[in-house]
Amino acid sequence: MITQAPPQPEPPLTSHQSPLTYLNVRHTIRSWLLTTDHKRIALLYMVSITLFFFIGGAAATLMRLELLTPQGDLVTSETYNKLFTIHGVVMVWFFLIPSIPTVLGNFLLPMMLGARDVAFPKLNLASWYLFMAGGAFAVFSIITGGVDTGWTFYTPYSSTYANGHVIAMAAGIFIAGFGSIATGLNFIVTTHKMRAPGMTWSRLPLFVWSLYTTSIILVLATPVLAMVLTLMALERAFGVGIFNPALGGDPLLFQHLFWFYSHPAVYIMILPGMGVVSELIPCFARKKIFGYHFVAYASVAIGVLGFLVWGHHMFVSSQSIYAGMIFSVLSFMVAIPSAIKVFNWTATLYKGSIWFATPMLYALGFIGLFTIGGLTGLFLASLAVDVHVHDTYFVIAHFHYIMVGGMVMAYLGGLHFWWPKISGRMYPEGLAKFSAFTIFAGFNLTFFPQFILGYLGMPRRYRVYAPEFQVLNVMSSAGASILAVGYLLPLAYLLWSWKYGKVAGPNPWRATGLEWTTASPPPKDNFQTTPIVTEGPYDYDAQAAEEEWEHAHA
Amino acid sequence: MKRTFPIAGTYVINGIALLCLLALTIFAAYVKLGPFNTVIPLLIALAKGALIALFFMHLRYSKPLMWVFASAGVFWLGILLVLALGDYLTRGWR
Repeated sequence: MITQAPPQPEPPLTSHQSPLTYLNVRHTIRSWLLTTDHKRIALLYMVSITLFFFIGGAAATLMRLELLTPQGDLVTSETYNKLFTIHGVVMVWFFLIPSIPTVLGNFLLPMMLGARDVAFPKLNLASWYLFMAGGAFAVFSIITGGVDTGWTFYTPYSSTYANGHVIAMAAGIFIAGFGSIATGLNFIVTTHKMRAPGMTWSRLPLFVWSLYTTSIILVLATPVLAMVLTLMALERAFGVGIFNPALGGDPLLFQHLFWFYSHPAVYIMILPGMGVVSELIPCFARKKIFGYHFVAYASVAIGVLGFLVWGHHMFVSSQSIYAGMIFSVLSFMVAIPSAIKVFNWTATLYKGSIWFATPMLYALGFIGLFTIGGLTGLFLASLAVDVHVHDTYFVIAHFHYIMVGGMVMAYLGGLHFWWPKISGRMYPEGLAKFSAFTIFAGFNLTFFPQFILGYLGMPRRYRVYAPEFQVLNVMSSAGASILAVGYLLPLAYLLWSWKYGKVAGPNPWRATGLEWTTASPPPKDNFQTTPIVTEGPYDYDAQAAEEEWEHAHA
Repeated sequence: MKRTFPIAGTYVINGIALLCLLALTIFAAYVKLGPFNTVIPLLIALAKGALIALFFMHLRYSKPLMWVFASAGVFWLGILLVLALGDYLTRGWR
């Protein structure tokens, strides 16, 4: 007979005991590896993507070192090809795409909705294991010789001629992709079904709107990537003629299918960043967001339009000129919702009581750099200009302004903003501001010269270049070293603050939002009682903030 | 009352139907039918997809909201096909 001991009442906390949080509820490695708590899974992702960020960063470092001189004197052409492939694959699929959704999204979505967890906690953990299994395949492929196809795996090179473990790398992306799909599905269902009483769609934080749109893109686009990589692997392994013209295939079919995923993937990367910025701006301007519904619907519009523009990657691929014209017009249309967001953030700042805390520095950096990245995207969407700058450093600069200047700035801004909630501790503000400025300066020095290099005609993916390009390349490499310092600093001081930082309290920014109504770090189930929502987000008052500041400094 | 999920026999019948359609695809590939060598496998694939969506994915037994979501997926596939064919059908150099 099985007997069950009666439940023991919990002993009262003594003064030296800290309250139970998601961090100290259990301590074993098993409790972390088998956790279904969304907050712990977010931390698992945070550690994993940080690791991948430094793998991708190491490849970039070697590339920038090679490009210091016009001659190829550090690595061979073959190794250089492998370096930019590793950098692209790891940064896109194992850092940028998972970064904000799986770290900040996992941590915050249930709390912002007033829920105890995501809709499918076990599926959430399975997503992380899929991500790690995919990552293991990618790392295996890198260690055992690498791949030299570029992150785009264009056929027929990848399916016919390329040496190396192309199939293992593609399998890694394929497996990690299923993790993305599961996360997207989880977030969609969570947003629909787990909202606290009173949390209507018009009261959702804008970060949730952007995560929701991102999740829809993940679910709709990622399967196409899985299919196209499978078809490429079938052609490579068994000679099935799909993309190779010699076998009766069409190489442009690969590009159509690949970019049907990979262009929306740009919005998978940037939309969550926009969501973070929409949270930071009202908090640090102490003002309600300007045009809430416009910003929310602009996310959805970007998500939808993002599916209609992939052909702008193929203007010089021998794609039909008529298709090119349509894709060009559609690409220009994406600028409209993007601009709506930028104008609304700027309007929110107007007459706000601006507080230049570290997260705000990152948010302001995001707006400027994203705007430059977005506007140069319009150059590339113009059919004739694209012919001139296609496959040059202009393109490299453009998408790094979006992905690094935009997405990584937003990720770091969000990380600093919610770090007190995640860890319960404050980071050293002075050092954090210094690092934000270092990143901003290093980033611009790295990538602005690349616009000029590209416009002057330096092609991407070459390690040897004409001597007249050296000055700009040296500037770019010098900037990259500053950028590296800027990225290492937060790693060091955030780890330090985890143990030694000042205790943050539940709401150090005096921010609105349900996540700030609970303890820092939050208890395992987020809230003691289910919150009831009676008002919209961003109930800030700039006037009151000014009066408070004057009173404090009188 | 309308069932909300299929019975075991439905899965078995559908599994057999899918295998028969697979055999038909292979058979059709070995018969010279001209342009129909493309059309027929595509129609068979459509039938297979319909069986999977309706029975294995329970769409047949689901609420209209699920039909809306499934239709959205088909619509997205339509975007892929229409815009990709917009290139294939208008290439001047073919």
